Amino acid sequence: MPDGAIKPQFVRIQGLKRYFDVSAPWLVRKIEGRPRQLVRAVDGIDIEIARGETFSLVGESGCGKSTVARLVVGLYPPTAGRIEFDGNDISARRRQGAHSTLRRRLQMIFQDPFASLNPRWRVFDIIAEPIRAFGLSSGKADLEKQVSDLLRQVRLTPADGRKFPHEFSGGQRQRISIARALASRPEFLVCDEPTSALDVSVQAQILNLMMDLQRRFGLTYLFISHNLAVVYHISTRVGVMYLGRLVEQAPTDTLFKRPKHPYTRMLLDTIPDLEMTGRQRSPVAGEVPSPIDPPSGCTFHPRCPFANDRCKAERPALLAIEGGAVACHAIEEGRLAVEDRSYAAAR
Amino acid sequence: MVPSDKIPSNNAPLLEVKNLRVEFPTRRGTLLAVDDVSFDIAPGEVLGVVGESGAGKSLTGNAIIGLLEPPGRIASGEIRLEGKRIDNLPYEEMRKVRGARIGAIFQDPLTSLNPLYSVSRQLVETIQTHLPMSAAQARQRAIDLLKEVGIPGAEDRIDHYPHQFSGGMRQRVVIALALCAGPRLIVADEPTTALDVSIQAQIIALLKRLCREHGTAVMLVTHDMGVIAETADRVAVMYAGRIAEVGPVRDVIKDAKHPYTKGLMGSIPSLGHRGDRLTQIDGAMPRLTEIPPGCAFNPRCTFRGARCLVERPDLIPAGASRAACWLHDTRGVGAPVAKELADA
Repeated sequence: MPDGAIKPQFVRIQGLKRYFDVSAPWLVRKIEGRPRQLVRAVDGIDIEIARGETFSLVGESGCGKSTVARLVVGLYPPTAGRIEFDGNDISARRRQGAHSTLRRRLQMIFQDPFASLNPRWRVFDIIAEPIRAFGLSSGKADLEKQVSDLLRQVRLTPADGRKFPHEFSGGQRQRISIARALASRPEFLVCDEPTSALDVSVQAQILNLMMDLQRRFGLTYLFISHNLAVVYHISTRVGVMYLGRLVEQAPTDTLFKRPKHPYTRMLLDTIPDLEMTGRQRSPVAGEVPSPIDPPSGCTFHPRCPFANDRCKAERPALLAIEGGAVACHAIEEGRLAVEDRSYAAAR
Repeated sequence: MVPSDKIPSNNAPLLEVKNLRVEFPTRRGTLLAVDDVSFDIAPGEVLGVVGESGAGKSLTGNAIIGLLEPPGRIASGEIRLEGKRIDNLPYEEMRKVRGARIGAIFQDPLTSLNPLYSVSRQLVETIQTHLPMSAAQARQRAIDLLKEVGIPGAEDRIDHYPHQFSGGMRQRVVIALALCAGPRLIVADEPTTALDVSIQAQIIALLKRLCREHGTAVMLVTHDMGVIAETADRVAVMYAGRIAEVGPVRDVIKDAKHPYTKGLMGSIPSLGHRGDRLTQIDGAMPRLTEIPPGCAFNPRCTFRGARCLVERPDLIPAGASRAACWLHDTRGVGAPVAKELADA
């Protein structure tokens, strides 16, 4: 867990951008005089993750959080920006093999355990693949031992290796995904909504397992989720994304106790209240605008009750505040006071 | 939250479900997906039905609206709406009940709307099927309904097609569609699961307001305890095709009586409580082919005794709720037996 001694900037993301071209075909564009259309899925974000911590990205669908995850593991090349992993730039395209030692140290867990495991492979082969690919075993016996150990680490039995993915429940499959991700002995795991396809009781098992593994192997997590309660539970620091930009980031307790950005406050207000304290949920009007044609200035201004003319015209920069950072003119100008919230003391 | 004094206790229930069993004949024998489920819903009441995937909550909802997909069928039991049996109605008569007296809202608003028809055509068709109205009257009612569910610019948007609406707006259209003929009961199956949290809050507020204004009862099927806590008056917790616990929402959430409900509540990460680990229930819900004898929850239960392995508990009064657990019976669970699953 983080303290002063840890080395900062284990993972460093700078000015990361990824645009997707969703234009009509060239001929249609020329005939109908339509312009090119770009989706700014990730539009310039900076994140630093220290070794051993869990950094979470939250936001609603379409805010670009999964794109960030895919960019970090290299499933998409970035349009602009740098991703540094332990001091090495991994964002530039290199000839094949140049990154393999780095790739070994960074793995991903996907959302849907029904789609991320090859249904024609036995569990043993699924887990053994990264070990074989990176040449991490000294022979057949060693490979079998490694896979058995991995299966035990995720609370399955070595005998489960002979089965096929369809023989397992959703939670067990997600354990297999985790075992596969751990097979190459990574230091950094990117988890894209690893529990959102699971039932709550199974979600608790997987979250507990992930926290145990983190403690045991000193793993660093980039955790992507839309569930604020899960994020609150598992993270060291949290970043809130809206329309491809980071609007706020702060240590978990600070973010939930003293949220600053109006969007963060709105997200916190909309969490269903299990405590039934009678707190009035205030449904915010409006929906996330299309990232093809985002609003000018601060992209949140059409839904923001504190927006003024400056918010409509000028894009706010992420400015440091209380151990975190927030991109909001109203906070910067002092128009919007930062207050303590009471959820963190409810129980 | 709806105050509980709103529902007079002497009211006859709007919907009564008695000993409902839903089965699926398969090549390897018959699977009992809903096993002896009984509950009722009072007029204007919101009954939440929660459970994990495969617990049989959606099937119970589908059985009530008469939309069980073959080969699934009601094996035994009764479903009564306002005192009249609806589970054995011929297809055409059930079609009249469905829509007119029972509305349905499904999880995915994109699949419950026809993509080829404009919203106005779908609304007008539904209204005219169930109410004696001219096309112009029906269109006016459709516009009023869209306004009521909070669609801005309803007069213009009514002629749009489903793909021109966002997810939240589409779900509003589906709710308008369910309300067309002024039903007495709405069966809402995971109405907010496909939506973002901020939109979810809007939809829940809308459902609550509409039920209050129209006095419509709702059977809210969901896996999201947070939604239930905010919306429901009473909750039924389902496990492996049976009701594990039923009671007022406050009691079930704050003071659960069934070990499964307790575990379920503990496993929900919540704000305000940042422990080291979440409470977890080891193992997973059994498949329908492997439901153990006695109490279906017994292999995962820390409190189990010899009696739980052989004898199946019925709902037993426990405080303000009723729970299907021998812990609340005078004879207890019998000699303690260690839990089977050591899955940490």
